[in-house]
Amino acid sequence: MGQIWVIMRRELMAYFSTPLAYVFIVIFLALLAATTFYMGAFFDRNQADLRPFFSFHPWLYLFLIPAITMRMWAEERKTGTIEFLMTLPISTNAVVIGKFLAAWLFAGLALLLTFPMWITVEYLGDPDIGVIIASYIGSWLVAGGFLAIGGCVSALTRNQVIAYIVTATVCLLILTSGLPVVLGAFQGWVPPLAVDMIASLSVLTHFESITRGLVDIRDLIFFISLIVLALVVNAAIVDLRKSA
Amino acid sequence: MIETRNLSKTFGPLVAVDDVSFVVKRGEVLGFLGPNGAGKSTTMKMLAGFLPPSGGSAHICGIDVGHDPIAAKSRIGYLPEGAPLYGDMTPAQLLDFVTQVRGLGRIERRRRTEAAVETVQLHEVLHRPIDTLSKGFTRRVALAQAIVHDPDVLILDEPTDGLDPNQKHEVRALLRALSGNKAIIVSTHILEEVDAVCTRAIIIARGRILADETPSDLRAQHGRASLDDIFRAITLGKSA
Repeated sequence: MGQIWVIMRRELMAYFSTPLAYVFIVIFLALLAATTFYMGAFFDRNQADLRPFFSFHPWLYLFLIPAITMRMWAEERKTGTIEFLMTLPISTNAVVIGKFLAAWLFAGLALLLTFPMWITVEYLGDPDIGVIIASYIGSWLVAGGFLAIGGCVSALTRNQVIAYIVTATVCLLILTSGLPVVLGAFQGWVPPLAVDMIASLSVLTHFESITRGLVDIRDLIFFISLIVLALVVNAAIVDLRKSA
Repeated sequence: MIETRNLSKTFGPLVAVDDVSFVVKRGEVLGFLGPNGAGKSTTMKMLAGFLPPSGGSAHICGIDVGHDPIAAKSRIGYLPEGAPLYGDMTPAQLLDFVTQVRGLGRIERRRRTEAAVETVQLHEVLHRPIDTLSKGFTRRVALAQAIVHDPDVLILDEPTDGLDPNQKHEVRALLRALSGNKAIIVSTHILEEVDAVCTRAIIIARGRILADETPSDLRAQHGRASLDDIFRAITLGKSA
């Protein structure tokens, strides 16, 4: 456990040692504000809730989170530091978990810094706090899911750009797998059971149900399973790709 | 303390390491010599637990590296080829990181870190980011992290590569001083290093061991004074 903590601290230090972390946070906050107030018609809606705000989170994560994860493993493999790290007496699992937690904590920090939105809505009206808290948790879980997938993809390549593009694509697929547009591509030739399974993989479906204020245990299980599965695959990939 | 038994590694059709067996005991410094691409680094990566062998086994202090990698790695100080380190960290931070991962308590960490910094003379660069350091200093930081926990076994891949003659001299003196109660394996191209530091030398080419003697025995067998000539004769002669 202590080792996971050491890895996590080292990763966080690395994020903040380059402009990456600061640029990410500023862009994340600025884009969220822009989308909420303009595209989300925040004032026109005349309702003191944060539904429009949260509805944009998964889409912004789609192109911002791969920017965090692309360097997670790809950079270590490219510079050779992976050999330094993996010859220390630490298990692959500890390193995978440590790196993931650092990324997840960082995403959590970016989310926390959106508190002015919450204050705005509290000032303007009387929003349902439970719904807001649930939505923040849901958003953090979506971020976690995407981060875990990003970690896997980063471990597959040395090229950060490829890691970015593939991560964004995979995340887009699972984000939208419940939408009629995507399901329609499968409906003709895939058995109905499989179509339902694909729909249930949709991050958007689970996230939207959380933002309505219902934190259904099935939604939590979905996200936790996604994260755990991705981390397990990540560890397997790291162990297998050492020779490459 | 270091033992390989029929160690092999193939990458697809390429046989990088072919049935390599040797032993290094406490107090010995083994020089691992060979042309580029001979399999020296690959063998060391297997000993350090970074690459899994395709065949055979590697043992550190009696522990099979494949079966219990973490126990084996805790006994090893490893200097990878090219000395890759986290450039954004300072040497102080890096040594702190390594000692924490290795599970040393706070007081022990400070004591051992100070000792390592003293041994390798890192005082003047201790708080500068590693990617601003010269090659020589980077290699010294890498050496520091390999010795900081006082391991029984040192696996050093080209430890004097890129150092100036004075620095080479210091590192070699350090290795001689450390060899007393450790088993050390050093890979090198620099044949004078063998005389300066090693108690035994293995010559490897195309993944196979071609010679495993003390430097003086090598000379006696080949009747030539220069290790350069012996090296050429063995590697070009037998592997052709």
